[in-house]
Amino acid sequence: MSRAVKIPLAFLAAVAAMAVIGPFLSPHEYMTTNFDHLLAAPGSGSAHVFGTDDLGRDLFVRTMMGIRITLTVAIVASLVSLVIGVAYGAIAGFAGGRVDAVMMRFVDTLYALPFIFFVILLMVAFERNFLLIFVAIGAVNWLDMARIVRGQTLSLREREFVAAARLTGVSSWRIITRHIAPNLLGIVIVYVTLAIPQAILVESFLSFLGLGVQEPQTSLGALVNAGVGHMETAAWTLLIPAGVLALILLCFNFLGDGLRDQFDARKAR
Amino acid sequence: MLRYTLFRILGAIPTLLLVIALAFMMVRAAPGGPFDAEYIPSTEVEKNLRDAYGLDDPLPQQFLTYLSGLLRGDLGPSIRQTGYSVAELIGEALPYSFLLGATAMLLALLLGVGAGTVAALRQGSLLDRTITGLSLTGISIPVFVVAPVLVLLFAVKLQWLPAGWGSARGAATWVLPVVTLALPQLAYVARLMRASMIDVLSSDFVRTARAQGLGTATIVRVHALKPAMLPVISYLGPAVAGILTGSVVVEEVFGIPGLGEMFVRAALNRDYTLVLGVVVFYASLIVALNLVVDILYGVIDPRVRYR
Amino acid sequence: MSLLTIRGLTIRYEGEAVVDGVDLAVERGASVGLVGESGSGKSQCALAVLGLLPARATLSGSIEFDGRELIGAGQEVLDDVRARRIGIVFQDPMLALNPYLRIGAQLKQILRSHGLADRREADARVIEMLARVGLPDPERQFAAWPHELSGGMRQRAMIASALIAQPDLLIADEPTTALDVTVQAQVLDLLERVREDTALLLITHDLGVVAGHCERMTVLEKGRVVDSGSTTSLFRSPGHRHTRDLIAAAPRVDRGEPPAPVTTGTVLSVGNAAVEFGDLRAVDDVSFAVGTGETVAIVGESGSGKSSLARAVLGLLPLATGRVVYAGDALASVVEKRALAVRRDLQLVFQDPISALDPQMRVQRIVAEPLVVHEPRLDEKRRRERVIAVLEQVGLGERFLRRYPHQLSGGEAQRVCIARALVLEPKVLICDEAVAALDGSVRRQVLGLLREVQRETGLSIIFISHDLAVVRSISHRALVMYSGRLVELAQSGALFEAPRHPYTQALIAAVPVPDPVLAPRPAPLPGEAPSLVSPPPGCAFHPRCPLAEAVCRAKAPALRTVGGTQVACHLAE
Repeated sequence: MSRAVKIPLAFLAAVAAMAVIGPFLSPHEYMTTNFDHLLAAPGSGSAHVFGTDDLGRDLFVRTMMGIRITLTVAIVASLVSLVIGVAYGAIAGFAGGRVDAVMMRFVDTLYALPFIFFVILLMVAFERNFLLIFVAIGAVNWLDMARIVRGQTLSLREREFVAAARLTGVSSWRIITRHIAPNLLGIVIVYVTLAIPQAILVESFLSFLGLGVQEPQTSLGALVNAGVGHMETAAWTLLIPAGVLALILLCFNFLGDGLRDQFDARKAR
Repeated sequence: MLRYTLFRILGAIPTLLLVIALAFMMVRAAPGGPFDAEYIPSTEVEKNLRDAYGLDDPLPQQFLTYLSGLLRGDLGPSIRQTGYSVAELIGEALPYSFLLGATAMLLALLLGVGAGTVAALRQGSLLDRTITGLSLTGISIPVFVVAPVLVLLFAVKLQWLPAGWGSARGAATWVLPVVTLALPQLAYVARLMRASMIDVLSSDFVRTARAQGLGTATIVRVHALKPAMLPVISYLGPAVAGILTGSVVVEEVFGIPGLGEMFVRAALNRDYTLVLGVVVFYASLIVALNLVVDILYGVIDPRVRYR
Repeated sequence: MSLLTIRGLTIRYEGEAVVDGVDLAVERGASVGLVGESGSGKSQCALAVLGLLPARATLSGSIEFDGRELIGAGQEVLDDVRARRIGIVFQDPMLALNPYLRIGAQLKQILRSHGLADRREADARVIEMLARVGLPDPERQFAAWPHELSGGMRQRAMIASALIAQPDLLIADEPTTALDVTVQAQVLDLLERVREDTALLLITHDLGVVAGHCERMTVLEKGRVVDSGSTTSLFRSPGHRHTRDLIAAAPRVDRGEPPAPVTTGTVLSVGNAAVEFGDLRAVDDVSFAVGTGETVAIVGESGSGKSSLARAVLGLLPLATGRVVYAGDALASVVEKRALAVRRDLQLVFQDPISALDPQMRVQRIVAEPLVVHEPRLDEKRRRERVIAVLEQVGLGERFLRRYPHQLSGGEAQRVCIARALVLEPKVLICDEAVAALDGSVRRQVLGLLREVQRETGLSIIFISHDLAVVRSISHRALVMYSGRLVELAQSGALFEAPRHPYTQALIAAVPVPDPVLAPRPAPLPGEAPSLVSPPPGCAFHPRCPLAEAVCRAKAPALRTVGGTQVACHLAE
């Protein structure tokens, strides 16, 4: 593993561990309001390391809860898009010909949609159902995955080792599971890594607009949104969640890049 | 070339119909939908709605009615803003969004292509690593973080630039919104351009051009720029979608009375006809843009036309 | 003083020398060959002369061109030398020309960049140059995109670009390796004529090309010069073992005893086979049979349909009409519908061994996979023994079991492919350009291996190749295809000694012979293979045929037997 993979991975592991353990270490509850400490400034001397929000709730615990929600939503949504995208792409690529043409035309059509507006429409029409966030994000992200997997499958299918297997009498199922799938693994891992920050962006975007998770639940996007309201008097309410969000996104993007470089280098060997 | 263009235009029509149908169905299927009596604030609007959509007709016919309205530029009346038609409201908000989006897009393309090319030419240098690092950061930080942070820094703390819309009209008002909106796209374009330019510069035909004694500037201008631009051109569609999405946030944060801000307000107010109208408008825009991209691709890559 | 003098040139990558102390001189107007196998460093030398090596390469020694030192020379010197003093032609014109720029624009830019012509003059000079390299209708080619030209025409355009600034030295780096043999002959002939008093440095792996076109030659092995001198004397008495090996390994189309004919029962036959891709007919009405223990070669240039025919025999492509009969039974057109027992008996070896091996699998699993399918009851231990046995048969051993494909050399990978094909003890082996990607000495070993397996097991081989010299050395019989049709089918001896079809004659004549003292080659066959979508009326070969008569233009010739040879020509006798 190269440094470009290890460093962001270590960062993410640390952030995730903090999000899981952090709230247990803190004496504060994420919902508990404290009207004596409205918008208290952060600092090591203070009882609240990250300060408090306009209801006096502890921002450290709330940020950790926000990370939990954001990461959970993003990872689950990415897995959803992974399953749909890989299955769809692999079928199109392996079938080839007319089936492939029709299936990919459909993907192209969906690509042309301003998805986020449909998502907003959905969120409004269906009363901010939490499950809908997964559906919405999955619906946006599986397209990339399908395209990449399809392209890769198509080129693998044309490779001569697949022809050799067909000739000998290896079954289609065995060809897919023994020859195609293992060769797809690398690129799929890379793109899942890159799909997660995409999903985080969509989730936090919705939450920022007030269409995502609902109070008193929170996510990083919702925290940023709340912070904007007080940024002139209590900049930390904006900067802390915004910084954490940016750090997480940066780590995932770095990780994806690092994995891709490693994968490309292996392919070039 | 003409056949290719015609073929592409014909191909875009079903996409557009599908998009409109999808949006229409969603609104119709919403529980407690727009056409239920409880959502309709006044009898006048109800009458307008009944006239516009023929609410007692079967669904396919209602869709056709909506479509024929669309062809005449009639998107129906707004539910919340009594007396205004959706088309009028969009017409009022559009100039702001267009100016904002087009400027941001232009900025992102020009600077992105330039920065990417420079980084590729100096691959591995400090400059390259700076551009690469900045662009990765630019992609990673969402617009809704950039926007308030820039306001906090440049408007609140340094007080160099106006923060909101009402404060001071004029060019300065536009600086922060345009920059905020352009940043992530600029970063993405720069990354794309760098990667594809490195690819092209290491291709055999560039080696040929070097063997022919052409200078670096000539090689980039004559040989490399066109093929290296292809990935950027395919990204134009998603870029516009990204700009539209970003404009929702930017207009919110800076209080610009554009389409995005109107859209969010309409969504929160459940002004279904307005929301539907904006979605249809945006979708048509993106479909049209993808069409332009397809055709542009054909112009640049001579091999595409013959496929 | 020599035009180009290279002294002690050493090129290192991360400390490892790929070129090590090379000396080379090219006189004004002379033609010099630089010969070596892949990885010998010959192309690196060419790139070094023009300063085109990547920045991570470190150079030492001296490259002196017309009194100027080029190693470490500034950008102005290089830009002045490039094109105006030294022109270069690369191997693959598809890659070396810019696909996004019209041919004329690419050539014009050279003149403009060097200030050799103004805007108006430039057009005329480019068109004149295109005409000189034999591009038909040069005004039209001026505005053509590279992908609209055939491979041969593209290479002509590349040569035009190398010569348009009238350099003193032309470097040609494997200029005909990507081309068909008849087109290769045209392009080599053109290079000779069009360069006039420009000196030529010809870089090639093909001793036949050097023998025919260079006065002097230098032989490289692993980055070092092992031999250098006049071409005739080096061929007569090579100084170094490696030169001797190269000459010995070069297959010759003009001599050598083909294997004696076999007279056994037919194991596989193909009747009236046709393969179509849409309205394109890739294979048209081809029939032939293969006997037990016999090698039948299918010979042709690109687009002749030889690979499509092989794939149709295997069931990888559907037959439009006709049938394949194996062991008395007509086979299904699609491989998936064929009985397992049949699929076990017909095996294939591919051209590119690296692409034919799954990069994620170790050699053991690759070779064992056919056994898993066909002999599922074999236990792990017995299976492993079988794999080891077949690996030993192809000259590899147990130590290769744990290797991944990327840890194999080209020759080893091809042996693994052969092992995978042989592990089921097939009756018919189809080799699709199976030695085309291999270097001379490795190629000879693999051909030897195939012959040995055939002698031991009575294997029948269908050997698809574009290389007539290789075919002569391995096949009992050969069939020649042109534009999807069978034009001649004969015993190898008869085919090479007394070819009946004018195409076969031209094809054999076009193969460069590694012998500098042989009589000059006949004029190359003009033109290129016709379009398969709209083939010419009558005999498909008539537009290029030196003997064509009215009947050839009117009527397609049927296959008939002339003196034991099947030939499709109205005029053959």
